[in-house]
Amino acid sequence: MEKFLADFNQSFIAGDRWLLYLKGVGITLEVAAVALILGVILGVIVAVIRTIHDQQHPGRQNAVLGILNGIAKVYTTVIRGTPLMVQLLIMYFVIFSNTRNAVGVAMLTFGINSGAYVAEIIRGGIMSVDGGQMEAARSLGLPYMPSMRFVVIPQAVKNILPALGNELIALLKDTSLVTVIGVRDLTKAAQLIQGKTYQALFPFVGIAIVYLVLVMIIAALIGVLERRMRASDRR
Amino acid sequence: MIDVKDLHKSFEEKEVLCGITEHIDQGEKVVIIGPSGSGKSTFLRCLNMLETPTSGEILFKGVSMTDPATDINKMRQKMGMVFQHFNLFNNLNIMDNMTLAPVQLKLKSKAEAERDALDLLRRVNLEDKAEAYPSQLSGGQKQRIAIVRSLAMHPEVMLFDEPTSALDPEMVGEVLDVMKKLAEQGMTMVVVTHEMGFAREVGSRILFMDGGQITEQGTPSEIFDHPRMPRTKDFLSKVL
Repeated sequence: MEKFLADFNQSFIAGDRWLLYLKGVGITLEVAAVALILGVILGVIVAVIRTIHDQQHPGRQNAVLGILNGIAKVYTTVIRGTPLMVQLLIMYFVIFSNTRNAVGVAMLTFGINSGAYVAEIIRGGIMSVDGGQMEAARSLGLPYMPSMRFVVIPQAVKNILPALGNELIALLKDTSLVTVIGVRDLTKAAQLIQGKTYQALFPFVGIAIVYLVLVMIIAALIGVLERRMRASDRR
Repeated sequence: MIDVKDLHKSFEEKEVLCGITEHIDQGEKVVIIGPSGSGKSTFLRCLNMLETPTSGEILFKGVSMTDPATDINKMRQKMGMVFQHFNLFNNLNIMDNMTLAPVQLKLKSKAEAERDALDLLRRVNLEDKAEAYPSQLSGGQKQRIAIVRSLAMHPEVMLFDEPTSALDPEMVGEVLDVMKKLAEQGMTMVVVTHEMGFAREVGSRILFMDGGQITEQGTPSEIFDHPRMPRTKDFLSKVL
């Protein structure tokens, strides 16, 4: 029991080590939040490009849209087809080899990565909305983009919220990969403390619990959001 | 008001409309009847370009709908459309359903649009549903709201695509009543329907479509009491 307490003390309290974890959680959340925003923006753009392209009248293809659609397809293929860790290494050591701003590179990489998955989720969501909704909006004289924005996308978002929640949870956990480019996130904090104290149990189980709690909080928040969005369903 | 010239429409290889030429005057109530698959709905949907015709021309008040240079959104503001499945915006309450287009298109201020919407809702006895969502309404209520949602744009012609086909029988009457009132007020209407009673009572002209063409047309009494074509007789004997 005494050893237990001593180990605990050494892992979390001595030398104000809990501060290291706290800073780590901060970085982890920051990377995840910025990446999420970036991912959703990218995802919506890619999904809309691909949907507009697919909904064109046959024989009236727009050349610019064709090129954009091609780029969007290559983007999703490459991002989904290569490991996230490899993308991170390429971004930091090849493309942005001149910068030491590892956190920034991490945010960008995770955002770009997440965008590819979010795009497919949103595209599925848009396709799940009854075509009559778009037709009704257009028949009133609303142009395509406002129809999407006010009628189709809100309904698509409601349909895809669970999938989007999964993506956010995966994103949050995947941020632990940033340790490979030296970002001092939560996982790195545990590794540093293990290196210094030779304690493994408390740091690693400790951060596992922190990740778990974070995920549970996110899941609960998404649940609240889902219930609120169901306001327009039959009650 | 609407001029259709040699309209063709094909889906993939299948030709659904095989050369339709027709003229619709202001104030007319044109009712289109015919067997399923005869192209009635496709014809109606071509009128406001929800379907892009393969060839031919459609003029609305002298402006070509089929010309790619025409601002189709502007044209559609003047052509209301009511769908078989209502297509109320599920994410918006009734008030927002009715004010979305007029406000977004900057035709009315929000306050103006809401006042107009309430007036319209009162006309169909649904003013107490302004805050409700579509999923809380019956089919008949939804369709009546879909009609006044179109009217909020002050259209000059109303297109009805089988407006009562998806309704429970007991709700058909309330929707037809709204349409009759609209007809009495002089609205130009083009209606695809299987309600022969409505067609006879309200229609000023009946078009019978078969195989992508208008094969016979005339006044209700000409079509219902003295049909000339065997196909028309055959169809009417089955539905009357």
